Amino acid sequence: MASNFLRLRKPYYVESTINCSSSSDQKLVNLSFGINETRDQTKKRQAKEHHGRRSCLDSCCWVTGYLCTTWWLLLFLYHCCLPFTVGHEMPELMPAARLKREGLKGIHPVVLVPGIVTGGLELWEGKPCADGLFRKRLWGGGGFTQLLKRPLCWLEHLSLHNETGLDPPGIRVRPVPGLFGADYSAPGYFVWDVLVKNLAKIGYEGKNLHMAAYDWRLSFQNTEVRDRALSKLKSKIELMYRANGNKKVVVVPHSMGVAYFLHFLKWVETPPPMGGGGGQGWCAEHIKAIVNIGPSFLGVPKAVSNILSAEGKDVAYFRAMAPGVLDSGTLGLRALEHVMRVSRTWDSVVSLMPKGGETIWGNMDWSPEDEHVCDFSKKRYFRLSPSDNNVNNSDAKQVFRVKDPVKYGRIISFGKAASVLHSSQLPTAVLKEILHMNASRNFNSSCGEAWTEYDEMNRESIRKIGAVDKAYTATTLFDLLRFVAPKMMNRAEAHFSHGIADNLEDPKYNHYKYWSNPLEMKLPDAPNMEIYCSYGVGIPTERSYVYKLSPSNKCKHIPYQIDTSVDGEDGSCLKSGVYFADGDESVPVLSAGFMCAKGWKGRTRFNPSGINTYVREYQSKPPTSGIKSTTHVDIMGNIALIEDILRVAAGATGEEIGGDKIYSDMLRMSERINLRL
Amino acid sequence: MSKPLSFYRSYFLSKTMSFLRRRNGTDSSKTRVADPNIEKDGADNDDKKKDQYKMPQRRNYGSKKWSCWDNCCWFIGFICSIWWFCLFLYNTMPDSIPQFVTMAITGPLPDPPGVKLRKEGLTANHPVVLVPGVVTGGLELWEGRHCAEGLLGKRLWGGSFGEFYKRPLCWLEHISLDNGTGFDPPGIRVRPVTGLVAADYFATGYFVWAVVIANLAHIGYEEKSLYMAAYDWRLSFQNTEIRDQSLTRIKSNIELLVATHGGKKVVVLPHSMGVQYFLHFMKWVETPAPRGGGGGPDWCAKHIKAIMNIGAPFLGSPKSIALHFSIEVRDIAALRAQAPGLLDKDVLGLQTFKHLMRMFRTWDATFSMIPKGGETIWGGLDWSPETETVNNSAKKGTDNSTRNTGGNGNICDTKGVNYGRLISFSKDWAETHSSKIERVDFKHVAKGDKLTNSSNCDIWLEYHEMGNRAIKAVADHKVYTAGSILDLLHYVAPKLMARGASHFSYGIADDLDDPKYDQYKYWSNPLETKLPNAPDMEIYSLYGVGLPTERGYIYKVAPPSDCSIPFQIDTSVDGDSEDSCLKGGVFSGDGDETVPIISAGFMCAKGWRGKTRFNPSGIRTYNREYKHAPPANLLEGRGTQSGSHVDLLGNFALIEDVLRVAAGATGEDIGGDRVYSDILKWSERINIKL
Repeated sequence: MASNFLRLRKPYYVESTINCSSSSDQKLVNLSFGINETRDQTKKRQAKEHHGRRSCLDSCCWVTGYLCTTWWLLLFLYHCCLPFTVGHEMPELMPAARLKREGLKGIHPVVLVPGIVTGGLELWEGKPCADGLFRKRLWGGGGFTQLLKRPLCWLEHLSLHNETGLDPPGIRVRPVPGLFGADYSAPGYFVWDVLVKNLAKIGYEGKNLHMAAYDWRLSFQNTEVRDRALSKLKSKIELMYRANGNKKVVVVPHSMGVAYFLHFLKWVETPPPMGGGGGQGWCAEHIKAIVNIGPSFLGVPKAVSNILSAEGKDVAYFRAMAPGVLDSGTLGLRALEHVMRVSRTWDSVVSLMPKGGETIWGNMDWSPEDEHVCDFSKKRYFRLSPSDNNVNNSDAKQVFRVKDPVKYGRIISFGKAASVLHSSQLPTAVLKEILHMNASRNFNSSCGEAWTEYDEMNRESIRKIGAVDKAYTATTLFDLLRFVAPKMMNRAEAHFSHGIADNLEDPKYNHYKYWSNPLEMKLPDAPNMEIYCSYGVGIPTERSYVYKLSPSNKCKHIPYQIDTSVDGEDGSCLKSGVYFADGDESVPVLSAGFMCAKGWKGRTRFNPSGINTYVREYQSKPPTSGIKSTTHVDIMGNIALIEDILRVAAGATGEEIGGDKIYSDMLRMSERINLRL
Repeated sequence: MSKPLSFYRSYFLSKTMSFLRRRNGTDSSKTRVADPNIEKDGADNDDKKKDQYKMPQRRNYGSKKWSCWDNCCWFIGFICSIWWFCLFLYNTMPDSIPQFVTMAITGPLPDPPGVKLRKEGLTANHPVVLVPGVVTGGLELWEGRHCAEGLLGKRLWGGSFGEFYKRPLCWLEHISLDNGTGFDPPGIRVRPVTGLVAADYFATGYFVWAVVIANLAHIGYEEKSLYMAAYDWRLSFQNTEIRDQSLTRIKSNIELLVATHGGKKVVVLPHSMGVQYFLHFMKWVETPAPRGGGGGPDWCAKHIKAIMNIGAPFLGSPKSIALHFSIEVRDIAALRAQAPGLLDKDVLGLQTFKHLMRMFRTWDATFSMIPKGGETIWGGLDWSPETETVNNSAKKGTDNSTRNTGGNGNICDTKGVNYGRLISFSKDWAETHSSKIERVDFKHVAKGDKLTNSSNCDIWLEYHEMGNRAIKAVADHKVYTAGSILDLLHYVAPKLMARGASHFSYGIADDLDDPKYDQYKYWSNPLETKLPNAPDMEIYSLYGVGLPTERGYIYKVAPPSDCSIPFQIDTSVDGDSEDSCLKGGVFSGDGDETVPIISAGFMCAKGWRGKTRFNPSGIRTYNREYKHAPPANLLEGRGTQSGSHVDLLGNFALIEDVLRVAAGATGEDIGGDRVYSDILKWSERINIKL
């Protein structure tokens, strides 16, 4: 650092003080850095003492000053030039500007429902370590600076109670209400901001635009129990409906907000005390359309790896926003364990587990994506319509399939062998043995304070699960999870269900735990409502995992990890222990599109009133950033999607904006799924 | 610029140099002997240096290497490093240290009321609705002109005043309303911020509701049981409903709060102008649709437990007159606090005041603060409720009124003050008895005779349509009371008042059953409305006392000049004695610095006390006064016993009362009336049919 700077200075001196010979300069340099080339050692040393002292401190100051000045100068120039550059970019960033010129005006009030981890949380009551943080953001906005300042305190406050799934005693963390609750999850990481700005352009404002903030850590029904969030949403929608001249609302849920809003649809028509008492027809009266963005209707495989080892690229925000925190030793080398401990107290994570079991996600030897081609970089999508979907590129696929049959149905496999061998070659019923063994375990809590439920388990049985080659499908997965995380699953399964209903008339389906599962609920009776599934495609998305035992068997360590050493050949779907399928980076196409493409299409038992559904896919284009990006979160800034939302909000129907728009193999995948409708 | 910089540079250099030089003596000489080359060069260099920098020391090795540019860099780096270092220390400092230091100096702090009451076992009970007042609520931009590109969603008012600080004219353009309609100008949409953030802090560090909210949170309140009834405080009350459906929103939210809290009624805390807004709301909500909210005749009884009015200007405030007349008042103190110098400097090109006046005059809501009740309440030419009635002449009266100045806690000597004269032209007219004043009627003086060059003024003000004769006529009228002040305003700003008069009324109703009082313009005037039929409701008036509050003004005609406001407060006028109520052309009375006691206390002390025609169902009312005590030291910030208009919201005694009521106590439980001032006596003097 200092030497660089001296070298920088040198030419300057030569110029300015011509008489200053290079030898004296040389000397200065030498003195400063103790390169002993000079003749008189003793004198040098004395001189070095004082020159060194002088130049080091001063040099530092000089460098700082130099950098600062340059920085300010650049900043100044930037600010001077900004107005000119902004003017040119604006029209492109704002589809609303164009639509406004077309005469589009906001008519229907819009409700935005944020997804998991995108909503802000603030502190209302805390432990002493959180002094001075009252009503300050813990999550979102400036909240993450607290993560760096007092990490353990921060984690403690974000955790929920292990048994109730509500706040731990003495801590109250609440969602931040208002439009600016979810717009900036972290500075520079836009979530709703672009959409809100575009809506504002065509006339939206506080009275007809609402952000339904809720605590995304809680199970859906608990948001009502604790915060009255569902009641608030109902009252807000009714108010907006009345205050805007009886115009129905357009709801825009994102990610997990989709499941949350499904829950709301059932809740609002259910009589109190369990429901909102809006009565039959409430949805038909108040809702024009639901534009689901990146919907995780049928769950995401990511949730599984998250629960099992906190490792999925999920809680991707974690990494994106605090890069290095997970991997470096900030939290005492236990970042992942801490994350796991906290995220396991969040019931909502369970709502994201794959729903529909083997019927949807495939079994040991079959999956709806069987013919999927993984070479994402070269793959070209063709617009599919029912007439030509059997024609295109069948050859390539056939070849590919023989070469590398991906068994997506096995969401978790221990060892690569388990992920490729035919099911008949795999051992069976291992889990039951272990369960049996575990029941009679003599548990020694040598680990002291239990961090994760892994510490309460018999280490032997843990290893045994991992040691045997074994694969788990979307159905058997739950046995595994119930085994490794019994308390969490106990708690969460009181709130969520992941099956498929045989008989939807069964009165048991009136219970709220079924409300957020589209395969176990009926859509409300609202024939004029419209449901859109808008999601990005063309990005590799985690679909199943190859696991291994982690090398260390110490206490407080997560015993399993994704086997990142496992790779497929070039062009294979397997990379670093993860099988990828088509999707938007978080949600596979299957989960996002199936309900709209088949499950609810037309009049089915899940959709008795024949609500119109539309699949709107947004294809990822090579420069996947900014306004054309289609990844799970960035899609909120995708101009094509925004244009669709604006048109719907301005009164257009699904047919008017172009009906289905499908690039992926969605329709064929859906056809392969054998579900009674 | 360069001068101080070079000074600092030489200062720092000389400091460091002298330090170095001390150790330098022997070293440098030795070096020279050993290396004649260097010596030669050094000597040459030193000569140069001497010429360049006028540094007398020849053997100054260090400085010769440092040119001006280097020194600048060094200096900047030095400052930056120190700054960062301090910043680092500040950030790593545990949060408890400031508190610790404060405690070390002032002794242990009293527990905040929330903590104290929590120990007593109080818990959240009734949901709480906060109604912010004028200027304290945040406003944000939803659609702007070209100059506000990229500022969507940014706060226009409150917060840090966002990016607008840099472009004042743009800001003024956006914050002003349309002169004709009283709504936003075309192409601009500025809307209130919603949620608790709307008015928890006005600007960074300047709390409004934050302390109340924090203490409510201590006893268990959280976002679900608190509601900030944010509205656009620039609009007239009914217009907030027309444009934003604000009243509908408040109704719906209160209904929701009651429903989600198992039928527990809400406690409403309006502050400042919010008091009138809520009065308006109560009439609106029970009026059938479409003119009202259609809540039915017992909506208030069903939904409201208590209304705790804080710093309530029920009957307006004389301050607003000065604001309307010449925008000169010391108020909008918040604005000044936010942008010190902005008002006084020439940032806007010498016309700051007129810009502000124009902006201010487009805000309909300010009309709500004009004194209501006329001479009956505010006093006539020769009497006012605050001073003993004078029978014959001012001279006799002085003997009686001296009694008031004694130990009664009056903040100044009220001797001979005619509070009833809200505006007087010159001090003499303020003191002379009415029988000796010859007043000239001004209303019929034609306005023609325009000011010279007024067409050059690019700023719209109705003063420009007034001629010299009209100005003289206004001044010749000499004295204005609360009654005639309205005529004055109508005269000097007819368009403005026409707009205001369609939304607000300032009189006293003779017959409250007259159907004309169903019109919304009367709803915010407590003297022209009946309280709802809700015998179980309670109304509190909580206000600060012990601070000098503007009560009357002495004006002068400004020296004529182009495009200026023709009237000014005559700041040269002072009272005779040290503790006179007249200072800088302003008569002060007792109050909370903004609202005089008579306005804040009269309705609860007399107008609504018991069963009156204004309060037919006999809603119980309580007066709670908080005596102002300045903060003990700087560390206490704005004080925990302050009585001033906004700081009152941080007053511990007030917060304790609020918490107790919110937790279920009645007015009797918390001790009924608590009165320090003479409000009861003054109320008696006011002769109004009840």
